[in-house]
Amino acid sequence: MSLVKIAGLHKHFGTNHVLKGIDLEVASGDVVALIGRSGSGKSTLLRTINGLETTDKGELVVDGTALHDGKGDLRALRQKVGMVFQQFNLFPHLTAGQNVMLAPTVVKGTPKAEAQDIAKEVLLKVGLSDKFDSYPDQLSGGQQQRVAIARALAMRPKVLLCDEITSALDPELVSEVLAVVRQLAAEGMTLIMVTHEMRFAREVGNKLIFMHHGRIHESGDPKTVFADPQTPELANFVGAVQPA
Amino acid sequence: MLVQFSTWDIVRNLLDAGKWTLALSLIAFVLGGIVGLAILFARIADNRVLQAATKAYIEIFQGTPLLMQLFIVFFGLSLVGIDVSPWLAAAAGLTLFTSAYLAEIWRGCVEAVPKGQWEASATLALTYPQQMRHVILPQALRIAIAPTVGFSVQVVKGTAVTSIIGFAELTKTGSMLANATFEPFLVFGLVAAGYFALCYPLSLYAKSLERKFHVAR
Amino acid sequence: MAYRFDFAPVFEQTGLLLSGAGFTLALTAVGAVLGIGLGVTGAVCRAWKLRPFDRLFGVYVEAIRNTPFLVQLFFIFFGLPALGVRMSEWQAAVLAMVINLGAYSTEIIRAGIQATPRGQIEAAESLALTRPQIFRHVVLRPALAKVWPALTSQVIIVMLGSAVCSQIATEELTFAANFIQSRNFRAFETYFVTTALYFAMALLIRQLLVQLGQRYVVGRTR
Ligand SMILES: Nc1ncnc2c1ncn2[C@@H]1O[C@H](COP(=O)(O)OP(=O)(O)OP(=O)(O)O)[C@@H](O)[C@H]1O
Ligand SMILES: [Mg+2]
Repeated sequence: MSLVKIAGLHKHFGTNHVLKGIDLEVASGDVVALIGRSGSGKSTLLRTINGLETTDKGELVVDGTALHDGKGDLRALRQKVGMVFQQFNLFPHLTAGQNVMLAPTVVKGTPKAEAQDIAKEVLLKVGLSDKFDSYPDQLSGGQQQRVAIARALAMRPKVLLCDEITSALDPELVSEVLAVVRQLAAEGMTLIMVTHEMRFAREVGNKLIFMHHGRIHESGDPKTVFADPQTPELANFVGAVQPA
Repeated sequence: MLVQFSTWDIVRNLLDAGKWTLALSLIAFVLGGIVGLAILFARIADNRVLQAATKAYIEIFQGTPLLMQLFIVFFGLSLVGIDVSPWLAAAAGLTLFTSAYLAEIWRGCVEAVPKGQWEASATLALTYPQQMRHVILPQALRIAIAPTVGFSVQVVKGTAVTSIIGFAELTKTGSMLANATFEPFLVFGLVAAGYFALCYPLSLYAKSLERKFHVAR
Repeated sequence: MAYRFDFAPVFEQTGLLLSGAGFTLALTAVGAVLGIGLGVTGAVCRAWKLRPFDRLFGVYVEAIRNTPFLVQLFFIFFGLPALGVRMSEWQAAVLAMVINLGAYSTEIIRAGIQATPRGQIEAAESLALTRPQIFRHVVLRPALAKVWPALTSQVIIVMLGSAVCSQIATEELTFAANFIQSRNFRAFETYFVTTALYFAMALLIRQLLVQLGQRYVVGRTR
């Protein structure tokens, strides 16, 4: 049974038809890499999966929680879907530890001591157990992004969405964040990530989705899809991004 | 009636009156802040009617003279049977005036919190009140301190207008003294100095807060 | 017993109110032109540190911004005659408005001027523009365009503030209202209508200045 099920999803921004009928199934433990040209709708698709963008038509089900034509229990959905942003979006007035503890205590009512244990655990997982009391502006970009991952993990999401989470980082900081994602994938976390790191998508992903003009243009196993694109658009894209 | 006023008599009377200016400023600022906070919450609430009503409230107070606001409060309150002293009308009028401006300043501060903060907290399944309380307002508060202190200068200066509805604060007392002493140049010079002494430190403080804030960012 | 509102005695005096409003607008127009002119002068002195005028304008700006308009008006109208400077209530009102707006617009325009990117001036110099040309086209106009909304708001604030000029018997809108309510004993209704007039005037001035700004300041390019 699939963990995430999307059927016939449509989204307009005004007259701009951005998602033109998306059908997608993601099984538990899948690592999905979303690629495509700028403006093809990758971020929009990702953001609809936890309700940051409303949809006009179609169905979205995550672990039994459903949105029909954009209506349904958003908060229940969001508790199952974590998200990490390109720009980190850490809360600047809270320490790393407090950033991580906020949602468990406020949303789930987890007692403070327990939330603290959770925070320590997830910060350890991203390799930042010593930064519990640091404020975001005292951390490097890579560290901030790892805290953001930890913050999402603290809610024990069923699926984690990542939107170009290394694009705002200095090149030398990219690998420490990718290492964390790689480890999560190895542990069986379900991941849907928009990425420009083609090599990473091929190595870590078990499903590749190429978006083009608001549609899923081609998809399949990353290794075969990259090696043998079926459509000229994907061939073109792969060639442009990664001259072989 | 005093026939002769020494300069010291003038200064003493003005200092006395200055206390009323200070008291009125404090009351208007504190009460205006409380009312303004309520207006702010309605202004940014997830409710069209509240938004529109408070937007109109703010635009009306920002689009009409403080003097007219005081007149309307003064004569309006007496219409509904409340026996209004100039003191009460001044405090009520200036409170409303202050609340509208502070609400608008603070709304700007809430909007200055980056959109990503709303998104990140929404993603974590926080409700709107939770987002406000834990994520948005703490950040908006930091942004708000400098402009709020800056606006307190406008409140102090606004108290001068209450002299026109007969509240015996610094300006009113100054007018009376100027008439009695035939020394308007000296008296109004001193009155101006009194306001300057109250306002200038606030202006400087606001400016230093602003500078500190920009460095901190 | 409930109060019965009666606006008829106010509307009987519509002519008086409208002429008062006209005078308020005229005061504001003169005050705005001269005040912004003074502001440009002050801003240039401050931004380019033209000694000793930059200091003088600095003191002037702080003195005005930290004292009430009403006190400035009283000082000019009642205080200055002691030095032999006598003027009519209209002259005093205009002078007070110019001085007040001049101080605020000095600060507003200075901020705009100081935001001019260095490269713009260098580019203009490399095109062999003269200093006055550079100032007019590369510095002042973009600066005014940038701060035009702030100047617009400040002009409206000064217009609304001019209500207190009635206190020195300048016969503007509030003066007319005071006169009317002293005859008809309908203070609330009279001031209510007057307030509505002020509100309409504020909207009018905003519209006017936005249009003017788009046509003459910001230019057609944006
Ligand atoms: N908030 C918005 N309002 C209006 N249009 C939007 C909005 N967000 C995205 N769009 C439009 O939707 C389309 C898809 O945008 P989206 O951000 O999903 O693309 P993307 O594939 O993520 O591109 P990129 O690689 O540049 O991030 C674009 O045409 C974009 O202009
Ligand atoms: Mg994107």
